Amino acid sequence: MAEQAQIEIRHVSKVFKGSGQDVVALKDIDFNISEGQFVCLLGPSGCGKSTLLNAIAGFSLPSEGSVVVGGHEVVEPGPDRGMVFQEYALFPWMTVEENITFGLKIKKAEPHKIEEKLQQLLKTLKLTDFRRRFPKDLSGGMRQRVAIARVLALDPPIMLMDEPFGALDALTRRSLQDELLKIWSDLKKTVVFVTHSIEEAIYLADRIVVMSYRPGTVKKDVHVEIPRPRNPADPDFNNLKRELSQMVMAEQNRFEQATLGSTGD
Amino acid sequence: MAVRKSLLSQLKGVWVPAIVIIVWEAVVRAGWVNPQVLPAPSAVLIKWYQYLMPLEAYDPTQGSRLAWYFSGELVRDLWESFYRVLLGFVIGAGLALPLGLLMGASKHIYDYMNPLIQVLRPIPPIAYIPLAILWFGLGNPPAVFLIALGAFFPVLMNTIVGVRAVDSIYIRAGKNLGAGSFLMFRKIIVPASMPYILSGVRIGIGTGFICMIVAEMIAVNNGLGYRILEAREYFWSDKIIAGMFSIGLLGLAIDTVVSRLNNYLLRWHRGLE
Ligand SMILES: Nc1ncnc2c1ncn2[C@@H]1O[C@H](COP(=O)(O)OP(=O)(O)O)[C@@H](O)[C@H]1O
Ligand SMILES: [Mg+2]
Repeated sequence: MAEQAQIEIRHVSKVFKGSGQDVVALKDIDFNISEGQFVCLLGPSGCGKSTLLNAIAGFSLPSEGSVVVGGHEVVEPGPDRGMVFQEYALFPWMTVEENITFGLKIKKAEPHKIEEKLQQLLKTLKLTDFRRRFPKDLSGGMRQRVAIARVLALDPPIMLMDEPFGALDALTRRSLQDELLKIWSDLKKTVVFVTHSIEEAIYLADRIVVMSYRPGTVKKDVHVEIPRPRNPADPDFNNLKRELSQMVMAEQNRFEQATLGSTGD
Repeated sequence: MAVRKSLLSQLKGVWVPAIVIIVWEAVVRAGWVNPQVLPAPSAVLIKWYQYLMPLEAYDPTQGSRLAWYFSGELVRDLWESFYRVLLGFVIGAGLALPLGLLMGASKHIYDYMNPLIQVLRPIPPIAYIPLAILWFGLGNPPAVFLIALGAFFPVLMNTIVGVRAVDSIYIRAGKNLGAGSFLMFRKIIVPASMPYILSGVRIGIGTGFICMIVAEMIAVNNGLGYRILEAREYFWSDKIIAGMFSIGLLGLAIDTVVSRLNNYLLRWHRGLE
Protein backbone atom coordinates (compact mmCIF):
# COMPACT_ATOMS: atom_id res chain seq x y z
CA MET A 1 0.00 0.00 0.00
CA ALA A 2 1.33 3.39 -0.98
CA GLU A 3 1.80 5.49 2.14
CA GLN A 4 -0.14 8.57 1.18
CA ALA A 5 0.49 11.50 3.52
CA GLN A 6 -2.92 12.75 4.57
CA ILE A 7 -1.84 15.24 7.19
CA GLU A 8 1.37 17.15 6.57
CA ILE A 9 2.69 19.18 9.46
CA ARG A 10 5.21 21.48 7.83
CA HIS A 11 7.71 23.23 10.09
CA VAL A 12 5.01 24.34 12.47
CA SER A 13 5.89 26.77 15.24
CA LYS A 14 3.55 28.47 17.62
CA VAL A 15 4.39 31.36 19.90
CA PHE A 16 1.91 32.71 22.42
CA LYS A 17 2.61 36.36 22.99
CA GLY A 18 1.68 37.32 26.50
CA SER A 19 2.14 40.36 28.70
CA GLY A 20 5.37 38.91 30.04
CA GLN A 21 7.59 36.41 28.31
CA ASP A 22 6.48 34.87 25.04
CA VAL A 23 5.76 31.17 25.27
CA VAL A 24 7.20 29.05 22.50
CA ALA A 25 4.65 26.25 22.61
CA LEU A 26 5.72 24.53 19.39
CA LYS A 27 9.02 24.78 17.57
CA ASP A 28 9.62 23.49 14.08
CA ILE A 29 7.40 20.45 14.22
CA ASP A 30 7.61 18.57 10.96
CA PHE A 31 6.09 15.18 10.24
CA ASN A 32 3.47 13.49 8.13
CA ILE A 33 0.59 11.27 9.06
CA SER A 34 -0.64 8.80 6.49
CA GLU A 35 -4.19 7.77 5.88
CA GLY A 36 -5.59 5.25 8.34
CA GLN A 37 -2.81 5.68 10.85
CA PHE A 38 -3.47 5.78 14.57
CA VAL A 39 -1.04 8.35 15.95
CA CYS A 40 -0.64 9.28 19.59
CA LEU A 41 0.92 12.57 20.63
CA LEU A 42 2.58 11.84 23.94
CA GLY A 43 4.23 14.20 26.37
CA PRO A 44 3.95 15.82 29.78
CA SER A 45 1.29 18.40 30.46
CA GLY A 46 2.09 21.77 28.92
CA CYS A 47 4.35 20.48 26.17
CA GLY A 48 2.10 21.68 23.35
CA LYS A 49 0.04 18.60 22.47
CA SER A 50 -3.25 20.48 22.46
CA THR A 51 -1.68 23.36 20.60
CA LEU A 52 -0.59 21.02 17.81
CA LEU A 53 -3.96 19.32 17.71
CA ASN A 54 -5.70 22.71 17.56
CA ALA A 55 -3.49 23.66 14.64
CA ILE A 56 -4.59 20.53 12.77
CA ALA A 57 -8.20 21.20 13.74
CA GLY A 58 -7.92 24.80 12.57
CA PHE A 59 -8.92 26.39 15.87
CA SER A 60 -5.69 28.26 16.20
CA LEU A 61 -3.28 28.60 13.32
CA PRO A 62 0.50 28.18 13.56
CA SER A 63 2.69 31.27 13.90
CA GLU A 64 5.04 29.76 11.34
CA GLY A 65 4.75 26.86 8.96
CA SER A 66 1.51 25.24 7.95
CA VAL A 67 -0.68 22.19 8.30
CA VAL A 68 -1.87 20.62 5.07
CA VAL A 69 -4.73 18.14 5.14
CA GLY A 70 -5.68 16.24 2.00
CA GLY A 71 -3.65 18.67 -0.07
CA HIS A 72 -5.28 21.82 1.32
CA GLU A 73 -3.78 24.14 3.88
CA VAL A 74 -5.79 24.28 7.09
CA VAL A 75 -7.22 27.75 7.68
CA GLU A 76 -10.36 27.01 9.69
CA PRO A 77 -12.14 24.18 11.48
CA GLY A 78 -14.08 21.80 9.31
CA PRO A 79 -16.21 18.70 9.61
CA ASP A 80 -13.57 16.63 7.79
CA ARG A 81 -11.56 16.79 11.03
CA GLY A 82 -13.89 15.75 13.83
CA MET A 83 -12.71 16.79 17.28
CA VAL A 84 -13.39 15.02 20.56
CA PHE A 85 -12.49 17.24 23.48
CA GLN A 86 -11.29 16.24 26.90
CA GLU A 87 -13.97 18.21 28.68
CA TYR A 88 -17.09 16.63 27.32
CA ALA A 89 -18.04 19.47 25.02
CA LEU A 90 -21.51 18.06 24.51
CA PHE A 91 -24.20 20.68 24.26
CA PRO A 92 -25.91 20.23 27.62
CA TRP A 93 -29.19 21.74 26.37
CA MET A 94 -29.55 19.07 23.72
CA THR A 95 -30.50 15.45 24.27
CA VAL A 96 -28.14 12.66 23.23
CA GLU A 97 -30.05 12.36 19.99
CA GLU A 98 -29.93 16.09 19.26
CA ASN A 99 -26.22 16.22 20.01
CA ILE A 100 -25.46 13.38 17.65
CA THR A 101 -27.57 14.70 14.78
CA PHE A 102 -26.46 18.33 15.17
CA GLY A 103 -23.86 18.23 12.41
CA LEU A 104 -26.13 16.34 10.02
CA LYS A 105 -28.94 18.83 10.55
CA ILE A 106 -26.57 21.67 9.77
CA LYS A 107 -25.66 19.90 6.57
CA LYS A 108 -29.38 19.67 5.88
CA ALA A 109 -29.25 15.92 5.42
CA GLU A 110 -32.56 14.24 4.63
CA PRO A 111 -34.56 13.26 7.74
CA HIS A 112 -34.61 9.54 6.96
CA LYS A 113 -30.86 9.57 6.39
CA ILE A 114 -30.39 11.33 9.71
CA GLU A 115 -32.56 8.80 11.50
CA GLU A 116 -30.74 5.90 9.86
CA LYS A 117 -27.34 7.25 10.83
CA LEU A 118 -28.56 7.99 14.33
CA GLN A 119 -29.85 4.45 14.83
CA GLN A 120 -26.59 3.03 13.61
CA LEU A 121 -24.46 5.22 15.85
CA LEU A 122 -26.64 4.64 18.89
CA LYS A 123 -26.17 0.93 18.33
CA THR A 124 -22.42 1.07 17.72
CA LEU A 125 -21.83 3.13 20.84
CA LYS A 126 -24.41 1.34 23.01
CA LEU A 127 -26.47 4.46 23.54
CA THR A 128 -29.86 3.30 22.28
CA ASP A 129 -31.53 3.45 25.70
CA PHE A 130 -30.26 6.94 26.30
CA ARG A 131 -31.26 8.76 23.17
CA ARG A 132 -33.64 11.16 24.89
CA ARG A 133 -31.50 11.82 27.95
CA PHE A 134 -29.68 15.05 28.57
CA PRO A 135 -25.89 14.91 29.08
CA LYS A 136 -26.21 15.80 32.78
CA ASP A 137 -27.90 12.44 33.35
CA LEU A 138 -25.04 10.45 31.80
CA SER A 139 -21.83 9.10 33.28
CA GLY A 140 -18.47 10.38 32.03
CA GLY A 141 -17.98 7.32 29.84
CA MET A 142 -21.43 7.69 28.31
CA ARG A 143 -20.81 11.34 27.56
CA GLN A 144 -17.62 10.56 25.76
CA ARG A 145 -19.46 7.93 23.71
CA VAL A 146 -21.93 10.61 22.68
CA ALA A 147 -19.07 12.95 21.80
CA ILE A 148 -17.55 10.25 19.60
CA ALA A 149 -20.91 9.51 17.98
CA ARG A 150 -21.46 13.22 17.34
CA VAL A 151 -18.20 13.40 15.43
CA LEU A 152 -18.73 10.09 13.62
CA ALA A 153 -22.12 11.26 12.39
CA LEU A 154 -20.39 13.45 9.84
CA ASP A 155 -18.17 10.57 8.79
CA PRO A 156 -14.92 12.56 8.92
CA PRO A 157 -11.84 10.87 7.48
CA ILE A 158 -9.83 12.23 10.40
CA MET A 159 -10.62 12.12 14.10
CA LEU A 160 -8.76 14.42 16.47
CA MET A 161 -8.97 13.47 20.12
CA ASP A 162 -7.57 15.57 22.96
CA GLU A 163 -7.11 13.38 26.04
CA PRO A 164 -10.65 12.11 25.55
CA PHE A 165 -10.48 9.44 28.24
CA GLY A 166 -8.33 11.38 30.70
CA ALA A 167 -11.12 11.92 33.20
CA LEU A 168 -12.47 8.36 33.20
CA ASP A 169 -11.88 5.56 35.67
CA ALA A 170 -9.58 2.72 34.57
CA LEU A 171 -12.27 0.20 33.62
CA THR A 172 -14.41 2.61 31.63
CA ARG A 173 -11.28 3.86 30.01
CA ARG A 174 -10.19 0.45 28.82
CA SER A 175 -13.59 -0.38 27.38
CA LEU A 176 -13.73 2.92 25.52
CA GLN A 177 -10.21 2.35 24.21
CA ASP A 178 -11.29 -1.03 22.87
CA GLU A 179 -14.37 0.47 21.28
CA LEU A 180 -12.33 3.22 19.70
CA LEU A 181 -9.92 0.66 18.23
CA LYS A 182 -12.85 -1.25 16.81
CA ILE A 183 -14.35 1.88 15.28
CA TRP A 184 -10.98 2.88 13.90
CA SER A 185 -10.38 -0.46 12.21
CA ASP A 186 -13.97 -0.88 11.01
CA LEU A 187 -14.32 2.60 9.61
CA LYS A 188 -10.71 3.10 8.52
CA LYS A 189 -10.27 6.49 10.11
CA THR A 190 -7.08 8.40 10.64
CA VAL A 191 -6.82 9.13 14.36
CA VAL A 192 -4.63 11.72 16.05
CA PHE A 193 -4.93 11.05 19.76
CA VAL A 194 -3.39 13.22 22.45
CA THR A 195 -2.52 11.61 25.75
CA HIS A 196 -0.08 11.95 28.60
CA SER A 197 -0.51 8.29 29.53
CA ILE A 198 2.29 6.12 28.18
CA GLU A 199 0.30 2.97 28.61
CA GLU A 200 -2.66 4.39 26.74
CA ALA A 201 -0.40 5.44 23.89
CA ILE A 202 1.18 1.98 23.59
CA TYR A 203 -2.18 0.26 23.90
CA LEU A 204 -3.70 2.26 21.08
CA ALA A 205 -1.21 3.63 18.62
CA ASP A 206 0.47 2.54 15.41
CA ARG A 207 2.87 5.30 16.05
CA ILE A 208 3.77 7.43 19.03
CA VAL A 209 5.14 10.94 18.62
CA VAL A 210 6.89 11.90 21.85
CA MET A 211 7.06 15.64 22.43
CA SER A 212 9.49 17.66 24.48
CA TYR A 213 8.63 20.46 26.86
CA ARG A 214 9.19 24.14 25.96
CA PRO A 215 9.91 24.46 23.25
CA GLY A 216 7.59 21.71 22.10
CA THR A 217 9.47 19.67 19.55
CA VAL A 218 9.30 16.09 18.36
CA LYS A 219 11.65 14.21 20.63
CA LYS A 220 11.04 10.77 19.24
CA ASP A 221 8.83 9.13 16.65
CA VAL A 222 8.18 5.48 17.52
CA HIS A 223 6.37 2.87 15.43
CA VAL A 224 4.63 0.32 17.62
CA GLU A 225 4.86 -3.10 16.06
CA ILE A 226 3.18 -5.11 18.82
CA PRO A 227 0.20 -7.00 17.34
CA ARG A 228 -3.30 -6.12 18.56
CA PRO A 229 -5.05 -6.80 20.86
CA ARG A 230 -2.19 -5.68 23.01
CA ASN A 231 -1.62 -6.87 26.49
CA PRO A 232 -0.03 -4.48 29.00
CA ALA A 233 1.52 -7.51 30.76
CA ASP A 234 3.35 -8.50 27.59
CA PRO A 235 7.18 -8.14 27.74
CA ASP A 236 7.35 -6.15 24.49
CA PHE A 237 4.72 -3.82 25.86
CA ASN A 238 6.71 -3.38 29.05
CA ASN A 239 10.00 -2.80 27.32
CA LEU A 240 8.54 -0.05 25.21
CA LYS A 241 6.82 1.37 28.25
CA ARG A 242 10.11 1.53 30.14
CA GLU A 243 11.86 3.18 27.24
CA LEU A 244 9.17 5.82 26.80
CA SER A 245 8.86 6.37 30.54
CA GLN A 246 12.47 7.43 30.78
CA MET A 247 12.01 9.85 27.94
CA VAL A 248 8.81 11.37 29.28
CA MET A 249 10.20 11.46 32.80
CA ALA A 250 13.17 13.47 31.63
CA GLU A 251 10.81 15.98 30.05
CA GLN A 252 8.64 15.98 33.15
CA ASN A 253 11.70 16.89 35.22
CA ARG A 254 12.59 19.68 32.87
CA PHE A 255 9.00 20.84 33.13
CA GLU A 256 9.09 20.86 36.92
CA GLN A 257 12.37 22.72 37.00
CA ALA A 258 11.02 25.23 34.53
CA THR A 259 7.92 25.85 36.62
CA LEU A 260 9.90 25.96 39.86
CA GLY A 261 12.25 28.42 38.25
CA SER A 262 9.36 30.67 37.27
CA THR A 263 7.41 30.67 40.55
CA GLY A 264 8.68 34.19 41.14
CA ASP A 265 6.10 35.72 38.79
CA MET B 1 -44.69 7.61 55.52
CA ALA B 2 -43.12 10.11 53.19
CA VAL B 3 -46.53 11.55 52.36
CA ARG B 4 -47.36 11.96 56.02
CA LYS B 5 -44.08 13.68 56.67
CA SER B 6 -44.52 16.18 53.85
CA LEU B 7 -48.08 16.84 55.02
CA LEU B 8 -46.81 17.52 58.51
CA SER B 9 -44.12 19.85 57.28
CA GLN B 10 -46.66 21.66 55.13
CA LEU B 11 -48.88 22.08 58.15
CA LYS B 12 -45.99 23.80 59.90
CA GLY B 13 -46.42 26.72 57.55
CA VAL B 14 -50.03 27.16 58.59
CA TRP B 15 -49.47 27.92 62.26
CA VAL B 16 -47.85 31.30 62.07
CA PRO B 17 -50.35 32.92 59.69
CA ALA B 18 -53.20 31.37 61.67
CA ILE B 19 -51.91 32.85 64.90
CA VAL B 20 -51.34 36.24 63.28
CA ILE B 21 -54.91 36.28 61.98
CA ILE B 22 -56.40 35.20 65.29
CA VAL B 23 -54.45 37.81 67.25
CA TRP B 24 -55.31 40.45 64.67
CA GLU B 25 -59.02 39.61 64.85
CA ALA B 26 -58.94 39.58 68.66
CA VAL B 27 -57.15 42.91 68.88
CA VAL B 28 -59.75 44.59 66.66
CA ARG B 29 -62.73 42.95 68.40
CA ALA B 30 -61.42 43.97 71.80
CA GLY B 31 -61.56 47.54 70.57
CA TRP B 32 -57.85 48.23 71.01
CA VAL B 33 -57.57 49.76 67.58
CA ASN B 34 -59.87 51.85 65.47
CA PRO B 35 -61.38 49.52 62.78
CA GLN B 36 -61.13 52.43 60.38
CA VAL B 37 -57.35 52.23 60.76
CA LEU B 38 -57.03 48.46 60.99
CA PRO B 39 -60.14 46.47 60.06
CA ALA B 40 -60.55 42.91 61.35
CA PRO B 41 -59.54 40.10 59.00
CA SER B 42 -63.17 38.98 58.92
CA ALA B 43 -64.17 42.44 57.66
CA VAL B 44 -61.45 42.29 55.02
CA LEU B 45 -62.68 38.92 53.90
CA ILE B 46 -66.25 40.15 53.57
CA LYS B 47 -65.11 43.18 51.62
CA TRP B 48 -62.96 41.00 49.44
CA TYR B 49 -65.99 38.87 48.58
CA GLN B 50 -68.04 41.97 47.72
CA TYR B 51 -65.17 43.28 45.62
CA LEU B 52 -65.08 39.97 43.79
CA MET B 53 -68.80 39.59 43.09
CA PRO B 54 -70.68 41.68 40.54
CA LEU B 55 -72.94 44.40 41.91
CA GLU B 56 -76.09 43.38 40.06
CA ALA B 57 -77.72 39.99 40.53
CA TYR B 58 -77.29 37.46 37.75
CA ASP B 59 -79.64 38.17 34.83
CA PRO B 60 -79.81 35.41 32.19
CA THR B 61 -80.92 37.85 29.48
CA GLN B 62 -77.61 39.72 29.84
CA GLY B 63 -75.33 36.79 28.99
CA SER B 64 -73.82 33.65 30.44
CA ARG B 65 -73.13 32.99 34.10
CA LEU B 66 -69.40 32.93 33.45
CA ALA B 67 -69.53 36.37 31.88
CA TRP B 68 -71.44 37.54 34.94
CA TYR B 69 -68.73 36.24 37.28
CA PHE B 70 -66.14 38.04 35.25
CA SER B 71 -68.00 41.33 35.44
CA GLY B 72 -67.07 41.81 39.12
CA GLU B 73 -64.79 44.72 39.93
CA LEU B 74 -61.91 42.62 41.29
CA VAL B 75 -61.82 40.31 38.29
CA ARG B 76 -61.80 43.26 35.91
CA ASP B 77 -59.04 44.96 37.88
CA LEU B 78 -56.97 41.80 37.94
CA TRP B 79 -57.36 41.41 34.23
CA GLU B 80 -56.46 45.06 33.50
CA SER B 81 -53.35 44.85 35.66
CA PHE B 82 -52.30 41.50 34.30
CA TYR B 83 -52.77 42.55 30.70
CA ARG B 84 -50.78 45.71 31.29
CA VAL B 85 -47.83 44.02 32.97
CA LEU B 86 -47.75 41.31 30.32
CA LEU B 87 -47.83 43.75 27.41
CA GLY B 88 -45.20 45.99 28.98
CA PHE B 89 -42.99 43.05 29.75
CA VAL B 90 -43.24 41.59 26.27
CA ILE B 91 -42.28 44.94 24.73
CA GLY B 92 -39.42 45.61 27.18
CA ALA B 93 -37.96 42.11 27.08
CA GLY B 94 -38.60 41.86 23.35
CA LEU B 95 -36.34 44.87 22.78
CA ALA B 96 -33.78 43.93 25.43
CA LEU B 97 -33.19 40.38 24.27
CA PRO B 98 -31.92 41.03 20.72
CA LEU B 99 -29.95 44.08 21.87
CA GLY B 100 -28.40 42.08 24.70
CA LEU B 101 -27.49 39.24 22.37
CA LEU B 102 -25.80 41.66 19.99
CA MET B 103 -24.01 43.56 22.74
CA GLY B 104 -22.85 40.33 24.34
CA ALA B 105 -21.59 38.86 21.09
CA SER B 106 -20.00 41.92 19.49
CA LYS B 107 -17.42 44.07 21.21
CA HIS B 108 -18.09 46.80 18.64
CA ILE B 109 -21.78 47.06 19.34
CA TYR B 110 -21.06 46.87 23.04
CA ASP B 111 -18.64 49.78 22.86
CA TYR B 112 -21.15 51.87 20.92
CA MET B 113 -24.11 51.16 23.16
CA ASN B 114 -22.66 50.72 26.62
CA PRO B 115 -22.11 54.38 27.63
CA LEU B 116 -25.72 55.27 26.85
CA ILE B 117 -26.97 52.21 28.71
CA GLN B 118 -24.82 53.03 31.74
CA VAL B 119 -26.23 56.56 31.88
CA LEU B 120 -29.85 55.48 31.58
CA ARG B 121 -29.76 52.37 33.71
CA PRO B 122 -29.45 53.97 37.16
CA ILE B 123 -32.53 56.15 36.59
CA PRO B 124 -35.38 54.34 38.38
CA PRO B 125 -38.28 53.76 35.98
CA ILE B 126 -40.52 55.65 38.41
CA ALA B 127 -38.55 58.81 37.62
CA TYR B 128 -39.84 58.58 34.07
CA ILE B 129 -43.43 59.13 35.19
CA PRO B 130 -43.62 62.88 34.46
CA LEU B 131 -42.07 62.40 31.06
CA ALA B 132 -44.24 59.38 30.34
CA ILE B 133 -47.39 61.36 31.07
CA LEU B 134 -46.12 64.29 29.03
CA TRP B 135 -45.40 62.04 26.08
CA PHE B 136 -48.27 59.59 26.24
CA GLY B 137 -50.99 61.35 28.25
CA LEU B 138 -52.98 59.24 30.70
CA GLY B 139 -54.20 55.67 30.46
CA ASN B 140 -52.52 52.55 29.25
CA PRO B 141 -49.69 53.98 27.10
CA PRO B 142 -47.62 55.62 29.86
CA ALA B 143 -48.19 52.61 32.13
CA VAL B 144 -47.06 50.15 29.50
CA PHE B 145 -44.07 52.39 28.76
CA LEU B 146 -43.00 52.33 32.41
CA ILE B 147 -43.45 48.59 32.74
CA ALA B 148 -41.46 47.99 29.55
CA LEU B 149 -38.72 50.23 30.91
CA GLY B 150 -38.71 48.33 34.20
CA ALA B 151 -38.36 45.00 32.41
CA PHE B 152 -35.87 46.23 29.83
CA PHE B 153 -32.71 46.73 31.86
CA PRO B 154 -32.65 43.53 33.91
CA VAL B 155 -33.23 41.44 30.79
CA LEU B 156 -30.64 43.43 28.85
CA MET B 157 -27.90 43.24 31.46
CA ASN B 158 -28.40 39.54 32.14
CA THR B 159 -28.44 38.70 28.46
CA ILE B 160 -25.14 40.50 27.92
CA VAL B 161 -23.52 38.69 30.84
CA GLY B 162 -25.03 35.39 29.71
CA VAL B 163 -23.67 35.62 26.19
CA ARG B 164 -20.26 36.58 27.47
CA ALA B 165 -20.22 33.65 29.85
CA VAL B 166 -20.78 31.08 27.10
CA ASP B 167 -17.94 28.58 27.40
CA SER B 168 -15.73 28.86 24.33
CA ILE B 169 -15.58 25.08 24.08
CA TYR B 170 -19.19 25.06 22.84
CA ILE B 171 -18.30 27.58 20.18
CA ARG B 172 -15.35 25.46 19.11
CA ALA B 173 -17.44 22.30 19.09
CA GLY B 174 -20.08 24.09 17.02
CA LYS B 175 -17.53 25.33 14.51
CA ASN B 176 -16.03 21.89 14.27
CA LEU B 177 -19.45 20.47 13.40
CA GLY B 178 -19.90 23.07 10.68
CA ALA B 179 -22.20 25.66 12.29
CA GLY B 180 -22.18 29.09 10.64
CA SER B 181 -22.80 32.30 12.59
CA PHE B 182 -26.59 32.22 12.42
CA LEU B 183 -26.90 28.65 13.65
CA MET B 184 -24.18 29.30 16.19
CA PHE B 185 -26.36 32.03 17.63
CA ARG B 186 -29.63 30.21 17.54
CA LYS B 187 -28.53 26.74 18.54
CA ILE B 188 -25.56 27.43 20.78
CA ILE B 189 -25.21 30.96 22.12
CA VAL B 190 -28.87 31.55 22.96
CA PRO B 191 -29.47 28.23 24.72
CA ALA B 192 -26.13 28.38 26.50
CA SER B 193 -26.95 31.80 27.93
CA MET B 194 -30.53 30.81 28.78
CA PRO B 195 -29.91 30.42 32.53
CA TYR B 196 -28.79 34.06 32.72
CA ILE B 197 -31.49 35.31 30.38
CA LEU B 198 -34.20 33.63 32.41
CA SER B 199 -32.99 35.04 35.68
CA GLY B 200 -33.10 38.45 33.95
CA VAL B 201 -36.65 37.68 32.90
CA ARG B 202 -37.62 36.89 36.45
CA ILE B 203 -36.13 40.11 37.80
CA GLY B 204 -37.55 42.06 34.86
CA ILE B 205 -41.08 40.88 35.39
CA GLY B 206 -40.79 41.71 39.08
CA THR B 207 -39.64 45.24 38.31
CA GLY B 208 -42.36 45.53 35.70
CA PHE B 209 -44.90 44.50 38.31
CA ILE B 210 -43.82 47.27 40.67
CA CYS B 211 -43.95 49.79 37.82
CA MET B 212 -47.43 48.55 36.97
CA ILE B 213 -48.79 49.29 40.45
CA VAL B 214 -47.14 52.72 40.59
CA ALA B 215 -48.33 53.65 37.10
CA GLU B 216 -51.86 52.64 37.98
CA MET B 217 -51.78 54.84 41.05
CA ILE B 218 -50.77 57.84 38.99
CA ALA B 219 -51.70 57.59 35.36
CA VAL B 220 -54.57 55.11 34.98
CA ASN B 221 -58.03 54.80 36.44
CA ASN B 222 -58.47 51.11 36.68
CA GLY B 223 -56.44 48.12 37.78
CA LEU B 224 -55.41 47.01 41.25
CA GLY B 225 -53.07 49.90 41.96
CA TYR B 226 -55.73 52.46 41.09
CA ARG B 227 -58.33 50.61 43.18
CA ILE B 228 -56.45 50.70 46.46
CA LEU B 229 -55.70 54.38 46.03
CA GLU B 230 -59.35 55.04 45.26
CA ALA B 231 -60.38 53.07 48.37
CA ARG B 232 -58.24 55.33 50.50
CA GLU B 233 -60.28 58.36 49.43
CA TYR B 234 -63.36 56.72 50.95
CA PHE B 235 -61.46 55.48 54.02
CA TRP B 236 -62.21 51.91 53.01
CA SER B 237 -59.28 50.37 54.77
CA ASP B 238 -60.80 46.89 54.43
CA LYS B 239 -60.85 47.31 50.65
CA ILE B 240 -57.28 48.61 50.64
CA ILE B 241 -56.11 45.50 52.44
CA ALA B 242 -58.23 43.21 50.25
CA GLY B 243 -56.70 44.94 47.22
CA MET B 244 -53.19 44.53 48.61
CA PHE B 245 -53.69 40.81 49.08
CA SER B 246 -55.05 40.63 45.54
CA ILE B 247 -51.89 42.32 44.27
CA GLY B 248 -49.83 39.82 46.24
CA LEU B 249 -51.73 36.89 44.80
CA LEU B 250 -51.36 38.16 41.23
CA GLY B 251 -47.64 38.62 41.81
CA LEU B 252 -47.36 35.13 43.24
CA ALA B 253 -49.27 33.65 40.31
CA ILE B 254 -47.03 35.38 37.76
CA ASP B 255 -43.89 34.35 39.59
CA THR B 256 -45.09 30.75 39.81
CA VAL B 257 -45.72 30.62 36.08
CA VAL B 258 -42.33 32.16 35.31
CA SER B 259 -40.59 29.75 37.65
CA ARG B 260 -42.35 26.75 36.07
CA LEU B 261 -41.34 27.99 32.65
CA ASN B 262 -37.82 28.44 33.94
CA ASN B 263 -37.70 24.87 35.22
CA TYR B 264 -39.02 23.54 31.95
CA LEU B 265 -36.63 25.50 29.74
CA LEU B 266 -33.67 24.65 31.96
CA ARG B 267 -34.54 20.99 32.45
CA TRP B 268 -31.17 20.18 30.91
CA HIS B 269 -29.28 22.26 33.45
CA ARG B 270 -27.22 20.61 36.18
CA GLY B 271 -28.17 23.08 38.86
CA LEU B 272 -31.81 21.99 38.77
CA GLU B 273 -32.17 18.77 40.63
N1 LIG C 1 -3.89 30.65 24.61
C1 LIG C 1 -2.68 30.55 25.18
N2 LIG C 1 -2.02 31.66 25.57
C2 LIG C 1 -0.78 31.57 26.13
N3 LIG C 1 -0.13 30.43 26.36
C3 LIG C 1 -0.74 29.29 26.00
C4 LIG C 1 -2.04 29.29 25.40
N4 LIG C 1 -2.40 28.01 25.15
C5 LIG C 1 -1.37 27.26 25.59
N5 LIG C 1 -0.38 28.01 26.09
C6 LIG C 1 0.91 27.53 26.61
O1 LIG C 1 1.48 26.72 25.63
C7 LIG C 1 2.03 25.56 26.19
C8 LIG C 1 1.44 24.33 25.57
O2 LIG C 1 0.09 24.21 25.95
P1 LIG C 1 -0.83 22.98 25.54
O3 LIG C 1 -0.74 22.78 24.08
O4 LIG C 1 -2.17 23.20 26.11
O5 LIG C 1 -0.11 21.78 26.31
P2 LIG C 1 -0.61 20.29 26.52
O6 LIG C 1 -1.87 20.09 25.78
O7 LIG C 1 0.51 19.44 26.04
O8 LIG C 1 -0.80 20.12 28.00
C9 LIG C 1 1.77 25.64 27.68
O9 LIG C 1 2.96 26.01 28.30
C10 LIG C 1 0.72 26.67 27.84
O10 LIG C 1 0.93 27.40 29.01
MG1 LIG D 1 -3.82 19.67 26.55
